Amino acid sequence: MARTKAGNSEDPNPSVELRDVTKRFGDFTAVDDLTLAIGEGEFFTMLGPSGCGKTTTLRMVAGFEEATEGQVLIDGADVVGLPPYKRPTNTVFQSYALFPHMNVADNVAFGLKRKGVDKKEIERRVGEELERVGLAREANRRPAQLSGGMQQRVALARALVNLPKVLLLDEPLGALDLKLRKGLQVQLKRIQREVGITFVYVTHDQEEALTMSDRIAVMNQGRIEQVADPEQVYDRPASTFVAGFIGVSNLMPGTVRKSGASGEVELDSGAKIKAKVGGFSVGERLNAVVRPEKLDVDAGGPGDPVVEGLVESSLYLGTATQLIVKLPDDVRMTVLVPNADEAQRQRLPGGGAKVKLSWAPEHMHVVRESAEPTSSNDKEEAT
Amino acid sequence: MTARRRLVPYGLLAPGAIWLALFFVIPMYFMGELALRSGTFTEGFQPAFEVSNFSDALSGNTDQFVRSFVYAGTATLIALLIAYPLSYAIALRAGRFKLLLLFAVVAPFFTTYLIRTIAWKTILSDDSPAVSVLQFLHLVPEDGRVLATGAAVIAGLTYNFLPFMILPIYASLDRIDTSLIEAGKDLYASSTQTFLRVTLPITAPGIVAGVLLTFIPAVGDYVNAEILGGTGTAMIGNVIQSLYLEQRNYPEAAALSFIMMLAILAVVLVYLRVAGSGAFMGDDEERS
Repeated sequence: MARTKAGNSEDPNPSVELRDVTKRFGDFTAVDDLTLAIGEGEFFTMLGPSGCGKTTTLRMVAGFEEATEGQVLIDGADVVGLPPYKRPTNTVFQSYALFPHMNVADNVAFGLKRKGVDKKEIERRVGEELERVGLAREANRRPAQLSGGMQQRVALARALVNLPKVLLLDEPLGALDLKLRKGLQVQLKRIQREVGITFVYVTHDQEEALTMSDRIAVMNQGRIEQVADPEQVYDRPASTFVAGFIGVSNLMPGTVRKSGASGEVELDSGAKIKAKVGGFSVGERLNAVVRPEKLDVDAGGPGDPVVEGLVESSLYLGTATQLIVKLPDDVRMTVLVPNADEAQRQRLPGGGAKVKLSWAPEHMHVVRESAEPTSSNDKEEAT
Repeated sequence: MTARRRLVPYGLLAPGAIWLALFFVIPMYFMGELALRSGTFTEGFQPAFEVSNFSDALSGNTDQFVRSFVYAGTATLIALLIAYPLSYAIALRAGRFKLLLLFAVVAPFFTTYLIRTIAWKTILSDDSPAVSVLQFLHLVPEDGRVLATGAAVIAGLTYNFLPFMILPIYASLDRIDTSLIEAGKDLYASSTQTFLRVTLPITAPGIVAGVLLTFIPAVGDYVNAEILGGTGTAMIGNVIQSLYLEQRNYPEAAALSFIMMLAILAVVLVYLRVAGSGAFMGDDEERS
């Protein structure tokens, strides 16, 4: 299974390792003391808003940028100072970067030719690789004659044909439309499983990251906020930033009243709820996070935490109905109610109605307030 | 509606076509007709079918003919060798000084061609510092001179046509997607290999354009040879000028102009076939 490596940051022989890596451009610190280990054969995603340092990190692994401080190791060997053409990595560029003066087959053969691979062998491997990405019939065409999706697959074949130890992908699907992107996500994941090469994937699209990755590193302002598998990043975000960046954020600020595993939190909206607040001290500020689909409207079991609010809007989304509920402290909560039961849907409160939102205690997760304000604005910019 | 739309391209072509007809095709006809006349300036030139004008124009002028192509070819080559690295630096390394440097390339054009060439006469004169340095380096003999030699003419041609080489090459380098260069290095090509296999072929159309823009006017030039040259450096342009303005032998001057045009055309066609084929083909296929 592809997931076997998931969450395994303790891999004894990491494929890529960054140790205390910092990258500065003049006064600007793009990557700030980053330490990271990526396991062999892992589909590892670096996720974050634009300017968070994810692409810079990727470029330091590829060799296009040199770290100001720290070490970059590939397969245990320090590659700092090595030019890109001496590193066992290949890159899929956001702009595809296909050579316009060569046809598809020559583009794919470029790396093998430079390595001095035997002519027959090149022909065979190029053929196989084009077959894999479904472009065997386009071998003699020029990149400009292909669609964006096809060009992207040529770029993938051109990198993969060299059997790199690590494949670096810099927002490879960024320029494509949604439908094409979904299809290529599935293909990429399939190919990664087939070849078993370590993929390091950079994106600002949280959905893409959740769909494809074994593990995700969520980055913000040159630092890693959390490294975990997709389920954990989604359900148990490590910080307010992660909670806000991944999925719709329902963040309820509050203050710890009693610490410990069976502690108590007083939300700013007035409700006092039970919560596991082991690492917190009394009086500390935090955010309680509950995902939109985990909230119950005017229902819920006895003892479940409850908050009250006013329905601001109700939106029919087809598979679900989305309610926006405003709490007394002006925090807006997004609620997703699946449209499985038509009768239940009819009973949902409309705009202006008073509702009670509740949730099972295990669906709530508390995070410390980030030093930086939640960058929900950054996120909108990026997506 | 559709018929009208089909006419649009012709409408767009019209101004250029009319221009070419008025100022190229019709003058060409008159020049051709003139080249076949006979007579003298004082008695007038009568229409005849004087084909001997062509052979007369060529005989005795073969040296100047060959010299024109050698000088222009050398100047074009030197201009290319200067222009490519310079354009590369301006397009890819100059950062915020890009426009300033580009302006510096074009700035000499604010002075007229003639004045610039006369300025070079001073630069290359026998007791100028530039020549002293060359003598000191033993690139020029102790008692040797630069002015009035072929080298001076080539230097003048190179200088005067350099911007025509730089601008198209700069344009092609400026447009290059730098991730293509990164992709080359990512795919195991060293910096040199990446340059030879990626950067150079992609910018080939710019080189082809620059070479044509430099070579064609340089072959027909007579100002540089007139001002910077001496005995034995005359180019075909000087011969035509003398035939026309001094000897008033209009038919022979016209015939020689014709021969020169055809010769340039032949050289350019061969050049495009050999050097430009790859670049132009690549360009065409991209467009289709």
